[in-house]
Amino acid sequence: MNLDRRRFLSVSAASLSSALLAACNRNPRSAATLLAFAERKNASVEEALFRHDAMNRVPRSARLTGEAFPKYFVSERVPMWDPAARGAWRLEVSGAVRRPVRLSLDELVRLPSVTQKVDHFCVEGWNARAAWTGVRVSDLARLVEPTPDAGYVDFAGFDEGYHESWDLESAMHPQTLVAYGMDGRMLGPGHGAPARVHSPVKLGYKNTKYLTRVVFMPRQNGGYWTDQGYEWYGGT
Amino acid sequence: MGELVKRNHWVIRVTHWVNVVAIVLMAGSGMRIFNAHPAFARPGEQFPLNPWEGHAIPASLTFGSWLGGARHWHFAAMWLLVANAIVYLAFLFLHGEWRDVVPRRRDARDAVEMIRFYLFARRDHPLQGKHNALQRTTYFAMPALGVIIVLSGLAIWKPVTLGFITALFVNYKWARFVHFVAMALLLLLSLIHVFMVLTVDPYSLRSMISGWYDRTRSPEARNARPFYHLFARGHSDVEAPGESAAS
Repeated sequence: MNLDRRRFLSVSAASLSSALLAACNRNPRSAATLLAFAERKNASVEEALFRHDAMNRVPRSARLTGEAFPKYFVSERVPMWDPAARGAWRLEVSGAVRRPVRLSLDELVRLPSVTQKVDHFCVEGWNARAAWTGVRVSDLARLVEPTPDAGYVDFAGFDEGYHESWDLESAMHPQTLVAYGMDGRMLGPGHGAPARVHSPVKLGYKNTKYLTRVVFMPRQNGGYWTDQGYEWYGGT
Repeated sequence: MGELVKRNHWVIRVTHWVNVVAIVLMAGSGMRIFNAHPAFARPGEQFPLNPWEGHAIPASLTFGSWLGGARHWHFAAMWLLVANAIVYLAFLFLHGEWRDVVPRRRDARDAVEMIRFYLFARRDHPLQGKHNALQRTTYFAMPALGVIIVLSGLAIWKPVTLGFITALFVNYKWARFVHFVAMALLLLLSLIHVFMVLTVDPYSLRSMISGWYDRTRSPEARNARPFYHLFARGHSDVEAPGESAAS
């Protein structure tokens, strides 16, 4: 049976709604405490295993997912930046940094960029492949010079209140990008235009789309799905 | 009175029942995770190897109530499963019990004889030691499947950080498929195991609880097939290796 995009969307929608319904954890309290403990311990194991030279490698000959790449957002309609209402789009890189910046799309595109064909791992279990073009978050960090207390990064966007915070190490992985291009074209509205986070080192839900702010922080501040009970670390 | 022997060391008994809990938690939560996307194909691709592509597993068989919840259970219970397996395998190795389960050259022939006996093509229960050849094969295959499950599980848990493990299974998609198929095979063997315990040798339940086993009630002594001679009392004159007789 062919699973087309419509089917993926309905599967995604079904799991979104079930996650919302399950916002109050149905586990008994003692089990919930134990599971929260296990999640914290797992995150430290994952952080200890994490390496910047452990890269996601997709064979050069591998097929791109292309049009079948699932699109998702939490707003009712595809979020689109309206310059008439909100002014020109800017990417703010700020927080615990020495030199915060606000970049226009042109400025972002003029920064040193990379193009990488990588996997996208969804928490649901599927993976898809695309060639992303963008600026390494580690290069953005070099630009703004985070202060020593910055151990986390929050990626926030204009898709309602969507954001997800990351550990600094995962954000500094060479395959973690602020991407503005996909499969050789500028990012489309279904995939987070004008810019989004993309990295194979975190599950899809950690990869904030419709990005507007990259904020370096001394503490993590959860995230859209994290606050609903998904793992905060969400690493691959 | 029967002829009681101490059959299972307490380490074997404890790890057996902990394993039951761990596998129920892991399989139940794993199937709930699978149901979030019950297919193996990447978006826009086909996966002809799975005839039920896109069909979810009945929710009543799953555990964890929602994707995030099932993931929490899965990633917590995996430590129980692995720690318990390490204790079991280390004990088996150090205490010599591995001899009861590793395949022997005779096993294939003996297994054919057991199947012939169960199919009434042979009258008498083949001679056996602690386990018959089919049991030996099963009790070896189950931990072997466990190793495949743990490896493929690591491969899909950390496909980038532990990408060298993922590469053992070609890639993420195939590792996920192997993880699922190995789980299904393990559950199948477990169900057959429970069926055979209940219908052929329910007396072995005692040996997995208190450790004691009445040798005059062994399937061999009773000439027992599934549902046949369940309550018969036989006589054993075969000394099973690795078992010490007690009065």
